[in-house]
Amino acid sequence: MRYAMAIDTKKCVGCADCVVACQTENNVPHGYCRDWIVENVEGTYPSLDMKFQSERCNHCENAPCVRCCPTGASHIAEGGIVLVTHDDCIGCGACVEACPYDARYMHPEGYVDKCTFCIQRVDKGENPACVDVCPTYCLHFGDLDDPNSNVSKALKDRSWYVLAPEAGTEPQLYFLR
Amino acid sequence: MKEELIVSGKHLPDIYPVLHLWHWEISLYLFLGGLAGGILFFAAYFYITGKEKEMPTTVKWATIIAPLALAIGLSSLLYDLHHKLYFWRLFTTVRFTSPMSWGAWTLMIIFPLSLIWIGTYMKEMFPNWNWKFKFLNDFEALAIKYRLSIAWLMMALSIILAVYTGILLSAFNARPLWNTSILGPLFLVSGFSTGLAAIMWLSNDEHERKVLSRIDIFFILTELFLIVHLFMGFMAGTAVKLEAFHLFMGGAFTISFWVFVVLLGLIFPVTLEILELKGFHIPKWVPPLLILFGGLMFRFVMVDAGQITRFLY
Repeated sequence: MRYAMAIDTKKCVGCADCVVACQTENNVPHGYCRDWIVENVEGTYPSLDMKFQSERCNHCENAPCVRCCPTGASHIAEGGIVLVTHDDCIGCGACVEACPYDARYMHPEGYVDKCTFCIQRVDKGENPACVDVCPTYCLHFGDLDDPNSNVSKALKDRSWYVLAPEAGTEPQLYFLR
Repeated sequence: MKEELIVSGKHLPDIYPVLHLWHWEISLYLFLGGLAGGILFFAAYFYITGKEKEMPTTVKWATIIAPLALAIGLSSLLYDLHHKLYFWRLFTTVRFTSPMSWGAWTLMIIFPLSLIWIGTYMKEMFPNWNWKFKFLNDFEALAIKYRLSIAWLMMALSIILAVYTGILLSAFNARPLWNTSILGPLFLVSGFSTGLAAIMWLSNDEHERKVLSRIDIFFILTELFLIVHLFMGFMAGTAVKLEAFHLFMGGAFTISFWVFVVLLGLIFPVTLEILELKGFHIPKWVPPLLILFGGLMFRFVMVDAGQITRFLY
């Protein structure tokens, strides 16, 4: 099993519903977020091109945050989901420094927090909150090993890219172009 | 022509400032860790080579600084932790891929070891010293008997301690300034040089200071050589490495690095040390003070600057 997410950059309108849904579902403290929108505008006026990307933890296969964690609080759970065990985390910040995607933040309660692919929902066979709430259906989640999963189908006939492949992290967020 | 007009990054006003997570606590600790590593290395080294009588400050007196420096450094690390009460989690596991885990375990051994080392010399340093309890006297006798083994262990661990302060940073591939394998040797050499400086400051023995000064000159020149290599590596590197390079060449850290670290912290004191060996009179506290200042600045600059550099995507 290999959980992954595909983000359709052609459909994303940057409404940030995914951000709010995540904050609500996961009780993210006020002022913080586990996912975010990146907006790129390219070109020279009047020929401009705008692109939105909904980003979050890449749940890397070769996760630098897990590698550098001194206590093993950061770990890779079943399905490749990168998680932090709050009670094992000493809040040293090594994983925050290690993440090329800056996907982690220090929770006000002292431990490091990040996207969990809403594991509490995924375990019940549901989608992460961000996926379910997306009004343009631009987020596709599922098991890459299952050819009939939403993410496998989305990746099948579209071209895609991942973020900072040169970091060697083998990220599991696929951006459809 | 197609040019990029706007690239708005993450809209995370509350997260971005927080990402700059490591502050003075880390820099101070990296400095004190290297300093303690240097002091303990030379104490063990001169004991093993049988120069105990010749180098009394190095082998005995200066080692008192090491556990003090480590205690201050570790307190500042603990202060930096955001989940302080969970710090013991470091010692419920061994993570081979995490330099921080290596460091925690090294400190767990070298800190008591340095106290034992000082303990074996207490009666020599303070003739009226009395351990009060019999078991402490027995333990002292045992430690003195095995002093050579302790010295070897301390020498090995002090190298790991000083190297790890650099590897701690170089292990982060996400921060291009840190992610260079030369950082380990650089911090080792710099840490040992600050250790030598501290011993030289304490020592009143002309001969001992000359010996230390000669070694220190070698270490500082090596450090300068490694710094040149560090920047040659950046210049020949990819875009992210060049970005790191520009922080030091015209960027925000130009003055603090080249003036305070390289000029005042390395070139100036090494010149003074060479002049002193040639027979000029130099106040004995000047070169050590500059070296210690340069070492501290070096760690402040590296910790601060490294957190600015990141992958471009």
